[in-house]
Amino acid sequence: MISRHTSQRVAKGLIWAAAFSTLAVMIWILLQVLIEGLPLLSLNFFLDAPRQMGRTGGIFSTIVGTLALTAVAIVIATPLGVGTAVYLREYTREGRVSRVIRFGTDCLAGVPSIIFGLFGFVFFVILLRMGWSILSGGLTLATMILPTIICTAEEAIMAIPYSYREVSFALGGTRWQTVARVILPNAIPGIFTGVLLGVGRSVGETAAIILTAGSSLLMPTSLFSPTRTMSVHFYILAREGISMEKAYATGAALILLILAINTLANWLLWRYVRKVGG
Amino acid sequence: MSKEKIFEKGFFLVAFSSISILALIAFFIFEEGVPLIWKVGARSFLLGERWFPSQGSFGIFPMIVGSFWVTVGALIVGVPLGVACAVFLCELTPPSVSIVLRPTIQLLAAIPSVIYGFWGLIVLVPLIRNALGGPGLSVLAGSLVLGIMILPTIISISEDSLRALPRTFKEGALSLGATHWQTIWRVLLPASRSGIVASVILGMGRAIGETMAMIMILGNAVQMPGSILDSTRTLTTNIGIEMGYATGDHRQALFATGVVLFFITMGLNTLALFISGRRRT
Amino acid sequence: MDEKAKIGLDHFHFHYGDVMALKDINLQIQPRQIFAVLGPARSGKTTLLKSMNRLTDLIFGTNHTGHIYIDDREIYDSQISLPDLRRRVGMVFDLPTPLPLSIFENVAYGPRLKGFTQRRRLEEVVEKALRSAVLWEEVKDRLSSSALRLSGGQQQRLCIARVLALEPEVIMLDEPCSGLDPISTASVERSLIELKEKYTVILVPHNIQQASRVADRVGFFMGGEVVEEGPADQIFTRPKDKRTEDYISGKFG
Repeated sequence: MISRHTSQRVAKGLIWAAAFSTLAVMIWILLQVLIEGLPLLSLNFFLDAPRQMGRTGGIFSTIVGTLALTAVAIVIATPLGVGTAVYLREYTREGRVSRVIRFGTDCLAGVPSIIFGLFGFVFFVILLRMGWSILSGGLTLATMILPTIICTAEEAIMAIPYSYREVSFALGGTRWQTVARVILPNAIPGIFTGVLLGVGRSVGETAAIILTAGSSLLMPTSLFSPTRTMSVHFYILAREGISMEKAYATGAALILLILAINTLANWLLWRYVRKVGG
Repeated sequence: MSKEKIFEKGFFLVAFSSISILALIAFFIFEEGVPLIWKVGARSFLLGERWFPSQGSFGIFPMIVGSFWVTVGALIVGVPLGVACAVFLCELTPPSVSIVLRPTIQLLAAIPSVIYGFWGLIVLVPLIRNALGGPGLSVLAGSLVLGIMILPTIISISEDSLRALPRTFKEGALSLGATHWQTIWRVLLPASRSGIVASVILGMGRAIGETMAMIMILGNAVQMPGSILDSTRTLTTNIGIEMGYATGDHRQALFATGVVLFFITMGLNTLALFISGRRRT
Repeated sequence: MDEKAKIGLDHFHFHYGDVMALKDINLQIQPRQIFAVLGPARSGKTTLLKSMNRLTDLIFGTNHTGHIYIDDREIYDSQISLPDLRRRVGMVFDLPTPLPLSIFENVAYGPRLKGFTQRRRLEEVVEKALRSAVLWEEVKDRLSSSALRLSGGQQQRLCIARVLALEPEVIMLDEPCSGLDPISTASVERSLIELKEKYTVILVPHNIQQASRVADRVGFFMGGEVVEEGPADQIFTRPKDKRTEDYISGKFG
């Protein structure tokens, strides 16, 4: 019979090993790209246009594409998401309507990105005749990040003490005045965090974007221009074997961007929204 | 007063955006895909083993099997590791450390799937090819990478479950003379079973829905994988690869694949919500 | 001084869902007096106050029967504008609750909601309110600093100023001195005495001594019912009901 203490040692040892190896693999995955890619990054790389399908040159048009798509997505999803959160928290109480809305939001959060891509293609690209464009891609992205924004906005609103609302009403405020003057201004840090998380998601998204924004390397000139984002560019470079060197560089840039965005978002969350609990 | 009403109605309408979008997605995917399933016959679509679009054969069974095995493999990798890490974070580290580690996991969860796929392509695939034979682009590679990708989901939800347990569970067990590990194994883990199961189901949904990384490392042969070293396709990679050039019936067949995917992921999602009785982030 | 009652409660019952909080309340509250609502914990005092400016409407699942009249108008009438009612019947809560704004903006909050936008006008209103709350001298040089930096006593007087800025007719204070040191308590009590010159004041006192110091009339509550009601000196020296007598003499509380 193995003693209890021995089996505890073994079990804990295994768990430590699991944790350690998980962390190690994660870091390996990141370093894999960063080690080769970081040295290749330069200002020129960011500002040059891609040439020869990306074999040479830089990634400027993809940076612009990424920014444009993300901007469209945020501009659409933020009002919708914040509005939903405000409604759920300030204008209604838990009941059938709110359950339906939450169910819809939760389900939307679970839809695979390729399905969003198919939807965006048939709805925005074809039906609404927007073609493969920043607009199609951005609107599709907006539907993908909506649940995230709703969730963080709700969290931010819930963090506001009830007494603020009571005071506002007691001083003759209407519901809208209370929302506009007390709730929203105090929820902004949390909402901004949700926006950042949405940006992070948009930057990393690939499948849905290929199907809705196309993969043109040309500099987009309007909302209706097709474009390629950094992640799509990275994917194409790697898979088609166009240039491993450029792939590493693009990948490194992508990782840095996402790490920066998410670190900022987490820091904001920690600082302004969540009460830190051990 | 009427200004108030306008705002109230306005917020009410906006609040329905998420469910409206969900309905739109379902509508259009079905509208494009279901006619083809009708045309080809549900049985021959779902169970047919021949996928030759140019000849009008639309059987997605190999892709269903591919998705299945890759997902099972991902769970075999991801669940033990994920639950172990959750236990680690919750029970074996002091709060000062877990406070740093948890956002780190969130950070790692945000890494795009194409990066994971790239690592799989550059590192894992040659490794498997050299060590175990076969093309390297295989179910094994896919399972390993997918398993790692679903870790953050399993870890964070399982850990939340463990943390939500009342302190008395742990204190009670310890005061009865149980060792720390016995407490974890016999009391805490069983008590958080529903949360852990929910995390697994959500991880499964995530795994089934993954596209880009799988395109990069599964090899994309339209065949039923005979062993874990075989190349294969999943429902998602099938769509992802061929959508760029599919037309007519072929395109509709891809939407039809989307219909199947939609059902599977919605089903899993709803099941997870039901089991855990709480919202996922 | 046979003035008409400012506030009248007529067979007023109040429920939170199935739980009864107020039972058959009949009261007449006179203007330009301090009416103290006395009683042990959980006797419905806060509910009574919040019913009178319908802050209880914010909670779902409440209902009432009976009437509350202010200046002979039923306040539960559907034509009544809630924001207007709450401006006329102001409330100060037991915990100081400054909004996360500057001192100036806290006091200006109510007037801004009402529609005042001119800076000059707001400055006048804010100064007047802060003077009436005996806070002006202490904060006049730092009106734009955050209200959260004030001491507890100052914050509570800020809350009073906030209410005064709306020029209400009735001021209700729910244990306004809890958590305050004796000096701050004394200054709040002094402002109460000044306030009753102009307003109808309803006070839930922190303890019996406070009531005896400032109240003109007292209503003693237990279990959601009015046990006894009358002039302060009568209640404190010659209570008619044994329960009142027991409470006054400290047998429970």
